[in-house]
Amino acid sequence: MNRKKKIAASLGQLVIPLVALAILIIFNLIRDPSFFSIGMRTNNAGNTVLTGNLISVIDSASELAIIAMGMTLVTAATGGQDISVGAVAAISGAIFVKVLQSMGAITGTSVFVALIASILVTILFKLFNGTLVAVFNIQPMIATLILYSCGRSIAYWINGDATPQLDSPIISSFGKTIPGVPIPTPIFAVILVGLFLFLIFKFSSLRLYTQSVGINQAAARLNGINPMHIKLLSFALLGVCVAVAAVIGVSRLGQLNHKTLLADIEMDAILAVAIGGNNLGGGKYKMSGSILGAYIIQMLTTTLYAMNVAPVNVKAYKAIVIIIIVVAGSPVIKDAVAKLFRSMKNSSTAKKGVA
Amino acid sequence: MNSNEKVRTPRLREPLTDTQTLLFISIGIFLVMYIGAILLLGGGFTKPQMFFDLLNDNAALIIIACALTVVMIGAGINISVGGVIGLTVMACAIFLNKTQVESTGLAICMTLLLALGIGLAFGIWQGLLVAYLDIQPFIVTLAGMFLARGLTTILSVNPVKATHEGFLAFAKLKVKISWLGYVAQNGNLIPAKIEIGAIVAVATVIVMFLILRYTRFGRSIYAIGGNRQSALMLGINVRRSVFWSYVISGLLSGLAGFVFLMHKPAGNANVAMRGEMDAIAASIIGGTLLTGGVGNVIGSFFGAMILATIQKIIALSPLNASWWQDMASGAMLAFFIVLQSVVLMRKNAAFKKKVQQTEDGPKNNNTEVKEGTS
Repeated sequence: MNRKKKIAASLGQLVIPLVALAILIIFNLIRDPSFFSIGMRTNNAGNTVLTGNLISVIDSASELAIIAMGMTLVTAATGGQDISVGAVAAISGAIFVKVLQSMGAITGTSVFVALIASILVTILFKLFNGTLVAVFNIQPMIATLILYSCGRSIAYWINGDATPQLDSPIISSFGKTIPGVPIPTPIFAVILVGLFLFLIFKFSSLRLYTQSVGINQAAARLNGINPMHIKLLSFALLGVCVAVAAVIGVSRLGQLNHKTLLADIEMDAILAVAIGGNNLGGGKYKMSGSILGAYIIQMLTTTLYAMNVAPVNVKAYKAIVIIIIVVAGSPVIKDAVAKLFRSMKNSSTAKKGVA
Repeated sequence: MNSNEKVRTPRLREPLTDTQTLLFISIGIFLVMYIGAILLLGGGFTKPQMFFDLLNDNAALIIIACALTVVMIGAGINISVGGVIGLTVMACAIFLNKTQVESTGLAICMTLLLALGIGLAFGIWQGLLVAYLDIQPFIVTLAGMFLARGLTTILSVNPVKATHEGFLAFAKLKVKISWLGYVAQNGNLIPAKIEIGAIVAVATVIVMFLILRYTRFGRSIYAIGGNRQSALMLGINVRRSVFWSYVISGLLSGLAGFVFLMHKPAGNANVAMRGEMDAIAASIIGGTLLTGGVGNVIGSFFGAMILATIQKIIALSPLNASWWQDMASGAMLAFFIVLQSVVLMRKNAAFKKKVQQTEDGPKNNNTEVKEGTS
């Protein structure tokens, strides 16, 4: 019984997103079962790859899922959101391209060096945000508004060229598929980043520290945790996520467009965190919820595309679904449902007693 | 302030409240910047028309900055304002083109009602979800933004230009003040021109200031933003006040849409793109805190003017390439935000020290001052 309760409590937050996902899947099954068909096909480069809507959902949600993981941490530690992730991703992409171009031929080592450089620079930019938040006590949304408004211009300034092209099998194996492996590479990137964060939390007390800073900063300080360090660290980890997502985004298209690279991803990432049942005011969090949220958003978008909704109109339908999900997950509705269940239980036991 | 006077010790001088400090900082920054521009750049800045141009061009921004200030004082946020402006402008432009109403006055009135109606509808459903269902305001209004932008493109993907002659004539009306004008090179006196939208914006700021300062609703919303729990214990109807703050915010976004249409009579999927972020920035620079309980619409007015002046200065300076503009305004934004935070932190630290020195000083004075202000 006790164990059952424990499992229920740990699942509690995930009930709404899981139900939403289930409804989306059932809806698609009824609408058109072929939505879930997975096939094999040879692509332009001559590789055999898996195709199908499901694969495309999991593949194209990769950047969002990676950024949502970092966003969860920042949300938990600071009680605010970083709205500059899309703009900073453009900078990371620009650094990646710049380093690659300055090294001449694209080889395994040069890609690795460019990736590391991009991650380091992104961490620096995120630490700028983090310093404003942690040291100067500026509200995260405002502190990150600065880079939100000028990040893409910095990316343009770094690169000079409007859309630099990257044409190389190594790049395409980063963004699409590795020859001989049918699964798209971005999916492995999600797993790697997830594993990286999982190991950090497994072997350190960072999770506990982050939550305690988010719940009550003063109490955390009195217990010997330095809130400043925890906040800066959460921004640095977000930086790693953003850089990886940006490199995937650049490699996927084989080019860098500083205006459209991961455009509007900040809103989707915050949405993913919220749909996963996390409190945007900070404190306790569940990263699995955010990842689930990211896939729900992508599933929804792909479903709408499959229903022939024009891409520019997708936002309106998305909004309606989001409203339904958050209303279903709101505390008031949850309480009402719980009360309803209890009264049903009571009435059934009362009847049994009479019988 | 009356409640504070009783607990005030004679040795402790009443400090400036956070709201007042931040308001003074933003007014000061605006004056320094404007005077600096007059001295260094000269040119257009020496003419009063420049000031009125800033007002004319940014009337909609000033109104949505007020819309955001109201919800931010109540510790909420509304990021749907830009989307609502876009939807309103598109809907009104299509309405004006298709309307069969003969009388110009009636057509304009109906357009205004349509604009306010759209804003009101968004305000009401967002307010219901935030206040009565306890959903996080960021998510509700994010959905509102998506909905408004999506509906705009569903109405029309292509830009729609308003061609209603009566409305265009009305939109071009300007108040002319000859003694603030200047003499052009050919010797003609060009009077200073103020658009109707700018007058509406200034009137909105004044009305909102009075509402927030002198009505029961305004007082409640400051108390709720300062501390929701204590506001509830004081017997304030928290849910109703929060609901009304979103309704007012929505209504003002609709009004801003109408003003935008008067300034640029064409609907387009990109109208007021990122308008919400500019409005949030204006409110923040004007001294409103996202955490609630502190803020002033007069400050938001100056915040919007500061943003507008920054852009104007950069446009007139040698660094007028588009990426330089973005980067320079980002740097200036960073400077102001940090300045604000440092001044506030130093002030509060000095005040805490003072309270500790006069040990009989009330311990929770700081929080009390925060709540009792406007």
